[in-house]
Amino acid sequence: MNSAAVSGKTRPPTRIVLAPPSKTGDKAFRLLTWLMALMVLLLLALVGWTLCKGSALSVTKFGWNFFGHSNWDPVNGDFGALPFIFGTFVSSFVGLLIALPLSLGTAVYLTELAPGWVRQPAISMIEMLAAIPSVVFGLWGMRVLVPWLQDGPYPLLEKYLGFLPIFRGPISGRCMLSAAIIIAIMILPIITSITREVFRAVPDSQREAAFALGATRWEVTRMAVLRYSIRGIFGAAMLGLGRALGETMAVTMVVGNADKISASLFSAGNTLASKMANEYAETTAGIHLSALFELGLMVLLVTVVTNILARLLIGAMGARKLAGT
Amino acid sequence: MNHWYHQWRKIKSYFVSGLCLMCAALVVAPLALVLFNLLQKGASSLDFAFFTQLPRPVGETGGGMANAIVGSLTLVGLAGLVGIPVGVLGGIYLSEFGTPRMNWAVRFAADILNGTSSIVWGIVVYALVVGYSAYAAGLALGFMMIPLIIRTTEEMMALVPNGYREAAFALGISQWRIVLNIVLKTAGKGIITGILLAAARVAGETAPLLFTAFGNSFWSHKLSEPIEALPLQIFTYANSPYDDWHRQAWAGALVLILFVLALNIGVRVMTRGRTPHLAK
Repeated sequence: MNSAAVSGKTRPPTRIVLAPPSKTGDKAFRLLTWLMALMVLLLLALVGWTLCKGSALSVTKFGWNFFGHSNWDPVNGDFGALPFIFGTFVSSFVGLLIALPLSLGTAVYLTELAPGWVRQPAISMIEMLAAIPSVVFGLWGMRVLVPWLQDGPYPLLEKYLGFLPIFRGPISGRCMLSAAIIIAIMILPIITSITREVFRAVPDSQREAAFALGATRWEVTRMAVLRYSIRGIFGAAMLGLGRALGETMAVTMVVGNADKISASLFSAGNTLASKMANEYAETTAGIHLSALFELGLMVLLVTVVTNILARLLIGAMGARKLAGT
Repeated sequence: MNHWYHQWRKIKSYFVSGLCLMCAALVVAPLALVLFNLLQKGASSLDFAFFTQLPRPVGETGGGMANAIVGSLTLVGLAGLVGIPVGVLGGIYLSEFGTPRMNWAVRFAADILNGTSSIVWGIVVYALVVGYSAYAAGLALGFMMIPLIIRTTEEMMALVPNGYREAAFALGISQWRIVLNIVLKTAGKGIITGILLAAARVAGETAPLLFTAFGNSFWSHKLSEPIEALPLQIFTYANSPYDDWHRQAWAGALVLILFVLALNIGVRVMTRGRTPHLAK
């Protein structure tokens, strides 16, 4: 029904017809972005598939035995990953043991205690610490930190705590403990920033309620803040552990690279990732390469598991932070 | 009695506060120490030759890391070619078109990939691309950039107020033009920040390069040849038994860290106040 028909006059109708926006462009663009988002899923599948395919030879040949024995012999084609599994878990857990209290203390300081003018610069510095490349930590670790540790703290530890098997000599500077300390330094920023977010999410009413009952600052922190965010703290620790388990370059440079299992933290060792980094130049085809792929597959699996656990623990609140770092 | 107990609680509180301050100092200390040592040991070896010459063979002093610096820039560029289109367009999907189910899956995959050890990327690309080359290394670094960029892009696009989109729809503009010309443009600064931070992150990566770039003591004339990169050169030199190479490793590390920190600080200053999530 146009205006001409309504008015009944002969004047030609004046119509302005706007073409509706074309749907083709929308559809094409939407498809393009969908494909790119799909790429992320495919990439994850690709990583898993490549590692599985690459390690198939080693998995079929050694089976469970791969995890159970400690002979790494490229000449005779016999491979066992036990020392690296041991090294990875020991260095990561000791690193986490060192990093977690420090991170918690720092996060408490930053959220509960620090005056405003300290807070922002300190947070920026911790973020900068996270930006330092792994190889730079490695260089600093092997040329500055390890010599210092070897001369000062390690002999003291051996002297006073040497009755514990983990601190029994002989001391080699590049050892599991050095690797754990470097790992601790490298995971401090991520644990600190996540626990800080978790503490900040604690409602102020919790703190106020505790203060109103006459609690001191520490009692407020302990009862209202720490108790409230225990899940988030575990999640942050789990995420730090995930980083620690996969840490490669810095660890390779300070761990000593010896394929052995020793109760002492002062002895050299190797981790899954450092073993792979060490053998990059020697990889030929065949079973040796396949064994390296199986090490990679293990690294992937442990990081996937720790990441999933961390996500479950931190929940939706931590999701943004998980991606940001 | 009660009075003493009160005092004791107060003392405990002060003690823990002190402990927390000490923790914070200990956390910041490594940064200061690393920077101090880098300046102390690296600055003296930084000269014109370092930026212009090739590495010399063992025994000859002097030489530089020119090929490694150019190599690193090349690799970051190649990585950007892979990581930026996929990351930005994928981020647009998550923010503008995504269904809850697909978004959950993509975010989950991106977070897993983000937490994946960098050496894993190296060995995966090694299996996919035959032979050591700049292409392989760029691909590995590009893969690492994707999850980083996709999440920051999504976040930045989500910060754009819905009113902008609604106003544009009311004008009859098609959706893809709205997304590209209005939403993407508004979020542009934040997205560029995310891209630069991702570039800074992969520029310092060494582990993925071991199996892909391999290293090269000369200029790489073709991208299908092995290529040197700054982090790789630092690793090789740091592990060598020669003092002169250690000196150069410190200089290289200083250059690398200045590059990475300059990018980090630069983008934070640039975007202060406008993008609360990244600037913080």
